[in-house]
Amino acid sequence: MSLRALLEIRLLPAILVAAIVIILPLFFPSAYYYRIGALVFIFALAVVGLNLLMGFAGQVSLGHAGFLGIGAYSVAIGPVHFGAPSWLCLFVGAILSGAVAFAVGRPILKLKGHYLAVATLGFGLLVAIVLTNEAGWTGGPDGMNVPALTLFGWRVHGSDAWYWIAGATFVGGFLLALNLMESPTGRALQAIHDSEIAARVLGIDVARKKLTIFIISAMYASVAGSFLALFNGLITPDVAGFLGSIELVAMVVLGGMGSIFGSLVGAAVLVVLPQVLTIFHEYEQALLGLIVMVFMIFLRQGIVPSVTVALAGWRK
Amino acid sequence: MRTLQRVTVTAAIGLAVLLSAGHQASAQTKIGAVLSVTGPASFLGDPEKKTLEIYVDEINAKGGVNGQKLQLIVYDDAGNANNARTFATRLVEEDKIDAMVGGSTTGSTLAMIPVFEDAKIPFISLAGAIQIIEPVHKWVFKTPHTDKMACEKIFADLKHRNLTTIAMISGTDAFGKSMRDQCVAVAPQAGIKIATEESYGPRDSDMTPQLTKIHNTAGVQAVVNPGFGQGPAIVTRNYRQLGIKLPFYQSHGVASKQFIELAGPAAEGVRLPAAALLIADKLPNKDPQKPVVVNYTRTYQQKSGQAVSTFGGHAYDGLMILVQAMQRAKSADKSKVRDEIEKTKGYIGTGGIVNMSPTDHMGLDLSAFHMLEIKGGDWTLVPGT
Repeated sequence: MSLRALLEIRLLPAILVAAIVIILPLFFPSAYYYRIGALVFIFALAVVGLNLLMGFAGQVSLGHAGFLGIGAYSVAIGPVHFGAPSWLCLFVGAILSGAVAFAVGRPILKLKGHYLAVATLGFGLLVAIVLTNEAGWTGGPDGMNVPALTLFGWRVHGSDAWYWIAGATFVGGFLLALNLMESPTGRALQAIHDSEIAARVLGIDVARKKLTIFIISAMYASVAGSFLALFNGLITPDVAGFLGSIELVAMVVLGGMGSIFGSLVGAAVLVVLPQVLTIFHEYEQALLGLIVMVFMIFLRQGIVPSVTVALAGWRK
Repeated sequence: MRTLQRVTVTAAIGLAVLLSAGHQASAQTKIGAVLSVTGPASFLGDPEKKTLEIYVDEINAKGGVNGQKLQLIVYDDAGNANNARTFATRLVEEDKIDAMVGGSTTGSTLAMIPVFEDAKIPFISLAGAIQIIEPVHKWVFKTPHTDKMACEKIFADLKHRNLTTIAMISGTDAFGKSMRDQCVAVAPQAGIKIATEESYGPRDSDMTPQLTKIHNTAGVQAVVNPGFGQGPAIVTRNYRQLGIKLPFYQSHGVASKQFIELAGPAAEGVRLPAAALLIADKLPNKDPQKPVVVNYTRTYQQKSGQAVSTFGGHAYDGLMILVQAMQRAKSADKSKVRDEIEKTKGYIGTGGIVNMSPTDHMGLDLSAFHMLEIKGGDWTLVPGT
C-alpha cells in the first residue's frame, strides 16, 4: 500500500488522535499534567458536539454550558438523592439533555436565521438560575459533592485514571463525529451549510436535520459535563454559566469551525493558555485576550483550517 | 501528507506549551494561595491577595520565618471551582508548596479540599461556610467566622432584651440563603421562635408587601434580615416607610459604610453583629483586639490605598496563624506545622481570638462578633455585648 493510499484511509485522523492520547503521557512529569490533559479532552468532547452544530448546521448555541450543567448535575443528584449508579446517571443525563434540546430546538429550527442563538442564550441562563436557586437539590451557589464513579468494582480516582477515560471517550466521540459527517445526515448538513435553498430543492428536510444535529451536540456536552463533575468530585452552578457557553463557542471558532480536529486544538489552547500565562500575573487576562485576537486576525478560519491552507500553499 | 503534518505541528506546539509551564527551585518556604482576584467574587479575592503580598513582604524584610524567606505563589481562580481545583493540583505537583492559605469562596475551597488532604499539606481557607470545617478534615482550617455564629449573636442579643418571637425576611442570594438556613437551624436551641418567614430576590426594588405581611403577623417581637448587597438597604427603608416599630436586626453581610449611606436615616436604630475590624477606632482601649485591628487597618490603607474589609483581615489571620505555627514547629515540615496550627491558642487576630482544637478547626467563639447599633449615621457598640 502506498503512503498516499494510507493517508486516504478515512479513519486516519482518529488514529492520529488516539496516538496523541497515548504518547502525550510519556512527557508528563506529574499528575498536574494529567489533569490538564484530562480537562482538554473533556472540553474537546463538548466542543466537537458544538462544532457539528456551528460548523456544519450553521447554527450557534449560546447556552451550551447549560447542557454541560445538566450532565454534571445528573451524576451529582442521581447518586446523592436517588442512590442510582453514576454510569447510569451519565446516560440519563445525556438522554435528558437530548430531550431538552428537542423541546427547545423543534419550534425554533423551523425558522430561518439565528433564532436558535437567542433561544439557547435564554435556556443557558435558565439552567444556571435553577441550579443556583434549587438549593435543596443542588446545594445552591456553593455547589454539591459528586460521588466517585465506580465501574465494575473499580473506584475511578485520580488525574491519570481520568486522563485515560476522557482520552478514550474523546477518541470515540471524534470517530463518531467523523462517521456522522460521512453519513447521509452529514452530507445533507454540509449541503445545508453551503446553500440552504439548494439543499431544500434536493429534497432535504432542513429543519429536521438541524434538529438532529442540535440534539446530538447537546448529548456530547452533557457527557462532557458528567465527566467534569465526576473528575472534580464537586460541582458548582458556574459550570452552566454564560461565560462557560462563551468559552465553548470561542474554542470552536479558535480551533476552526467545521474542523473536527480543530475542536481538540481550540480546547487545548484555551485550557492550556491560562495556565501558561499565570507567570505574567496582573497581565494574564489582557495577554489571553491579545493572543486570541491575534489568532483570529491572522488565522481567520480558525487555527486548523488556516494552518492547513498555509501548509498546502507552502508545499506548492 | 497534509493531515499528518498538521497533526505533528499541532502536537509539537501543544507539547512545547505544556512543558514550558514554569519550574522554579529554591530553598524558600513556599506558601500557595488560590484566590478569586477577578470575577464575581473579586470583592473577596482582591483584598485577600493584597493583604498576603503586603505581609509576606513585611515578614521577609524582617528575615523571614525560621531563617527562610517566604515565597508567595498566588493563582486567580476567577471564582470558578474547576479552575481552583486545577491550580490546587498545580501548587501541589509543580510548585511543591509547604502550606496553603486561601480559597476565597466556599465552592472553590470545597473543590480544593481533596487535593490538599491527599497531598497532606496544611490548608487554611478564607471562606465562610461551615461545611469546610464540619466534619473536621485533618489538614483543613479556616479563619472567617460562620453565618451560624452571626445568628447566635443576634439571638443572644434578642434574649438579652427578652424578645423570643421573631420574623425573618431573607435575600435569596448565596449569602442570604446560607445565613437563613443556619438561623432556622439554631433558632430552637437559642429558644427563639420564628413566627413567619419572607424572602426577596437580589434585584427586587420594593419589599413592602413582604414587610406588610410580617407586620400583620400576630406576636412578632422583632425582625431579622439576613442578606447582602443593596437588598437589606431597601428592606430597611421600606421598614421605616411602613412605620414598623419593632426592633430590627441586619446581618454582618451589610457591615460596611455603604449600607448606612444607602439606607440613610432609615438605618437609625438598626442593630447588627460585626467583626472588630470595622469599628477599630471605636473599640475600648482595654480590648485585646484593638492594637491588632488598628495596626492592620493602618498598614493596609497605607500600602494599598483602599479601605479595609473583613475579607482582607481573614487573609491576615490565615497567614499569621500559619507563620506562628511554623515558628513553633521550628521548621516548615508539613506534618509538624499542621499539628501546631491545631494547637493555636489565644491568637489575637482581626477576626477574633482563635483557640483551635482537634475538633474545632476555626477556633472562634461568639466574642468574635460585636453587636452594633446605628446611631447618628455611624456605628456604636451596644454596651454589655
